[in-house]
Amino acid sequence: MAFLNSWWLYVIIGIVFVYVLLQSTVFLFKARKKARALGFTNQQINKTTTSSMIFSIAPSFAILIGLVALSKVFGPMIAGMRLGTLGAVTYELPAAINVISGVFNLQIGDVLTSEMIITALWVMTFGCIPPLLIIPLFFKKMNLGLDKIKKKDSTWNAVMMDALFLGMISAFVGYVLAPKVIEGETPYISILAILVLVSSAILIMIFGTLMKKFKWDWLKNYALPLSMISAMALAILFASLGVR
Amino acid sequence: MKRTYQNQLHFEGRIWMLGALFLFISVPLTISIITGEWPSFRNFFPGFIATAVIFWPVTTIEVFTFTPMLGTGSSYLAFVTGNLTNLKVPAALNAQDALNVTKGTEEGDVIATIAVASSSIMTTLIIIIGAVLIIPLTPFLESEILKPAFDNIIPALFGALGIVYIMKRWQVAIIPLIFMIIFFLFVPGSGGLVGIMVPVGVAISLVSARFLYKKGKIR
Repeated sequence: MAFLNSWWLYVIIGIVFVYVLLQSTVFLFKARKKARALGFTNQQINKTTTSSMIFSIAPSFAILIGLVALSKVFGPMIAGMRLGTLGAVTYELPAAINVISGVFNLQIGDVLTSEMIITALWVMTFGCIPPLLIIPLFFKKMNLGLDKIKKKDSTWNAVMMDALFLGMISAFVGYVLAPKVIEGETPYISILAILVLVSSAILIMIFGTLMKKFKWDWLKNYALPLSMISAMALAILFASLGVR
Repeated sequence: MKRTYQNQLHFEGRIWMLGALFLFISVPLTISIITGEWPSFRNFFPGFIATAVIFWPVTTIEVFTFTPMLGTGSSYLAFVTGNLTNLKVPAALNAQDALNVTKGTEEGDVIATIAVASSSIMTTLIIIIGAVLIIPLTPFLESEILKPAFDNIIPALFGALGIVYIMKRWQVAIIPLIFMIIFFLFVPGSGGLVGIMVPVGVAISLVSARFLYKKGKIR
C-alpha cells in the first residue's frame, strides 16, 4: 500500500485541510465583523475566540487517539482527514470494520490489500454523507419554520433552546452510567466515570461561586474548559487509587 | 437585490458545504483513478448497506437535532468539520452562555459561529500536527498514565455543562434524565446507542418543556 504515503495523497489531503481551515477562517472573520455590528466589543469577541480554542485542545487530543487506531489501517493522512472532517471515530471505525470484517472476513490488524482499504474508504465517504446533502437542500426552509415559532413566542423560544440542550445532556449523563463492556470481562458500571462527572460539576459550581464573590468576569469564558481539564486530571488521580 | 444577512449566510454556506462534499468524494475518487483500484459492486454494496442502515438515519436526525442548537452560520461549518457532540455544540453553548446571549437569536447565532470556527481551526491544526507527528506522538497518546483522562472526556465535559443547565431548568430536566438513567442502566448494550438516544432525549425534553410551559410552571 505504497499509495498511503505517496506525495500525491499528501497533496489531496492537504487540499482538504486547507479548504476546511479556509472555510473556518472566512466564517470566523465574517462572524466577528457581524458581532461588532451587533454591538459586541472586541474584548468579548476575542475572549470567545480564545476560550473556544482553548476549550478544543483536550477533546482534540482525544481525537488523536482515534487517529492512532485508524492510522493502522489507512495511514495518518487519510485517518486525519476522516477524523478532522464530517464524522468521528465512533463512525469511521465501524464503517471500516463493516468492509474489512463484514465483506473480506479479515480483522483490522491483519495484512490488508489496497482493494480492501480503498473499498473501505468509499464506504466511509458515502456512509455519513446525508448532512452534506440535507443541509444545502432543506436547512433554509427548516430555519424559516423555526423562525416563525421564535417570532410567535420569544419566551417559548428561550425555553425550547434550553430543552434542546437538556435533551442532549440527559442522554450523555445516562451514557456515563451505562455498563462498560470490555471483551472477556463482566460489564461494569464505571465509578471512575461517575466520579469524573460529579467532580466536573462541582468544579464549575466552585468557579461560579468565585466569579460571583470576587467578580472575576474573565473566568466566565474559561470555567467550562478549566472544569473539564481539571476533571480529566482528577481521573488520572482516581485511577491511580484503583478506581475504575 | 441585496440579500439579508440570513439569506447571505445560507447562500454562502451552501456553496462552502457543496464544495466540501465535492472534495470529500474527490479523495477516494482520485485514489481510485491513480491506483486503478476501484471497489467492485459486490464488495462495496454490502459494506455500504451495513453502514448506511445505521448511520444514514443517525446523521439525518443529527441535522434536525443540532441545527437549531448551532444556528445558521455554525451549522454550515460544524457539519463539514464534524465532531459535533464532543466539540462544536458544547463550544457554541459555552460561548453563548458566557456572554448571556439568547440562543436562537441573531446574536446567539453569530457568537456560536465564532466559537465553532475557532474550535474548528484549533482542532484541524492539532489533527494536522498529529498526523504528521504520529510516530513520536503515539507513545504519549497511548500512555497508560494518561489513558483515564482521555477515556473520560465525555463525563468531564457533560458534568460541567450539564449541572448548569439542569440547575437552571430542573423541572424540564427531571423526566429526560430519569428516562435516560433507567435506559442506560438496564438496557443491555446501551452504551453503543448514545447517538440514537440524543434525539430521543431531545424529543422527551421538548415535550416535557412544552407541557410545563403551557401549564405556566416555567418561563
